[in-house]
Amino acid sequence: MSPASASALSLSGLTKAFGGLRALDDVSLEIQPGERRAIIGPNGAGKTTLFSLVSGEQAPTGGRIALFGRDITRLAPHRRAALGLARTYQITNLFPRLTVLDNCLLAVQALSPVKLHLHRPLGRYRALFDRAEALLESVGLLAKRAAPVRDLSHGEQRQLEIALALAGTPRLLLLDEPTAGLALAESQMMVALLKGLDPAITILIIEHDMAVAFELTDRVTVLHYGRVVADGSARDVRADPLVQEIYLGAMGTA
Amino acid sequence: MSGPAPANRLVVPVVVLAVLLAAPPFLSSYVLTLLTQSLIYAIVAMSLDLLLGYLGLPSLGHAAYLGVGAYSVGILTSRYGAGFGTVLPVGVGLALILAAVFGLLALRATGVYFLMITLALGMVAWGLAYRWVSLTQGDNGISGLPRPDVPLPWSLAGAIPFYYFALAGFLLALGVLWLIVHSPFGMSLVGVRESETRMRTLGYHVWLHKYLGFVISGGVAGFGGVLWAYYNGFVGPTDLDLSTSVEVLLMVALGGRATLLGPALGAGIIVFLKNLVSVYTQRWLLILGAAYIGTIVYAPEGIVGAVRRLSEATEPAPARPEA
Ligand SMILES: Nc1ncnc2c1ncn2[C@@H]1O[C@H](COP(=O)(O)OP(=O)(O)OP(=O)(O)O)[C@@H](O)[C@H]1O
Ligand SMILES: [Mg+2]
Repeated sequence: MSPASASALSLSGLTKAFGGLRALDDVSLEIQPGERRAIIGPNGAGKTTLFSLVSGEQAPTGGRIALFGRDITRLAPHRRAALGLARTYQITNLFPRLTVLDNCLLAVQALSPVKLHLHRPLGRYRALFDRAEALLESVGLLAKRAAPVRDLSHGEQRQLEIALALAGTPRLLLLDEPTAGLALAESQMMVALLKGLDPAITILIIEHDMAVAFELTDRVTVLHYGRVVADGSARDVRADPLVQEIYLGAMGTA
Repeated sequence: MSGPAPANRLVVPVVVLAVLLAAPPFLSSYVLTLLTQSLIYAIVAMSLDLLLGYLGLPSLGHAAYLGVGAYSVGILTSRYGAGFGTVLPVGVGLALILAAVFGLLALRATGVYFLMITLALGMVAWGLAYRWVSLTQGDNGISGLPRPDVPLPWSLAGAIPFYYFALAGFLLALGVLWLIVHSPFGMSLVGVRESETRMRTLGYHVWLHKYLGFVISGGVAGFGGVLWAYYNGFVGPTDLDLSTSVEVLLMVALGGRATLLGPALGAGIIVFLKNLVSVYTQRWLLILGAAYIGTIVYAPEGIVGAVRRLSEATEPAPARPEA
């Protein structure tokens, strides 16, 4: 099923049309296991759409998606999560009315059959709590465990997003602008957190901040109007005249 | 919801339980009757709370499951002379089956469409009760039902023994539902209520959780229906009226969604209110509507929700463990 040589993620001819608009147009990509890859591109380039197709939240108009050698093009989102896929959101997507700990518990039990247990109080499942608290500790939110998520600062919510995504020990992690809206100090904390992640985890990261993208990854893919227009090492991509024109030129070099 | 309930939260329920246990000899038979009705309706209201409060699914057809339970008593005892030991599992089982079928249809929709479909399905159940005369005796209903034949040293014919019987049924339903909402599955239901999309990408089969919640809710409502028919000694299409479903929905909203005991309290309030204003029966629906609007405006989180919020606001913040 999943040969050792298989890509962590393989996209072929992936297309997504919203009416007449081709948000993604014939995108093919291979991400190797353990790779850290940045996806960059101007606003509306189709980056988030790409993640939504991989996570299964949206269905592609055409093309195929394979996760560790297994075709998942038609698989429901929860089945993809069970195969080791996790994502975070550009616009924070948590359970705002629940506590930080409950958010984490939901993520921790998500891939366990325990989530269907209804004959024992949740409080009896010590292992779930231990795991949730360890996750909160790792993102520096343990002290906030009893607070409702809506009372957290934006930066803390971004950190909790990471904790939720890590809860299922994913093999492929999709991070959609993890530093979006963060102050410089918070952004540096986030970069440190991401750098410290298990190197075995394959990570795809959408990032507007070029410095962050180049610091966290060794390879960069540039999307523009739904197409891959450049792909290579940070240095190559930086030097690419087309990329400079459409992206770096528009954004100002980082 | 993850931590153990603080002891002071248990004080009120324990006092209420003590009063419920000790009160009957001091009550008029009229009040005892209303209290018995309240306990049975509380079971149905709490079952709807699982759906509305914990899953966020507003059903307007909950009378259907109550009806299946109630008609199981009517048909099985009048035709086959079946005893309580048969009627109870069959009644609850049929309610589970009906919910399993209706759930397949209703869960294709969300939001107000879910409400409309459950309403339509509730009407279908009412129509069956009304029209399937050979089975249900139509408009006349089935009367003369005996009290349950439980293997107890005293008979349930009297008002007080039956009150305790209803109280036991209420406590059983409360215990089962309490366990469910505090279980990992209950946590999953709350997650679905808060964000289906996030639950999906975390790895939850959202539909399955909704479906199981829907079916369990129907089964518990069917249990309430069994007790209801035994209490009345009668079952008829009026038990499945739309107004029954509306009343149950209001019990949940008034008492406080996702609190279980709130809907139980709401059941008591509605049952007593209904009988107090029964002189003006024509206006009952008007009063229900006014109560509903009043709840939405003044206490959207219901009575128990409002009390909890106020008590939390006055209490010192809970101690945070050291990081
Ligand atoms: N659900 C949708 N319906 C219609 N159009 C959509 C939808 N989602 C995205 N689009 C359009 O598809 C294009 C790509 O959007 P997408 O969100 O993927 O861009 P992005 O690269 O993530 O941009 P940003 O950097 O602003 O986050 C945009 O033109 C957007 O307006
Ligand atoms: Mg985006």
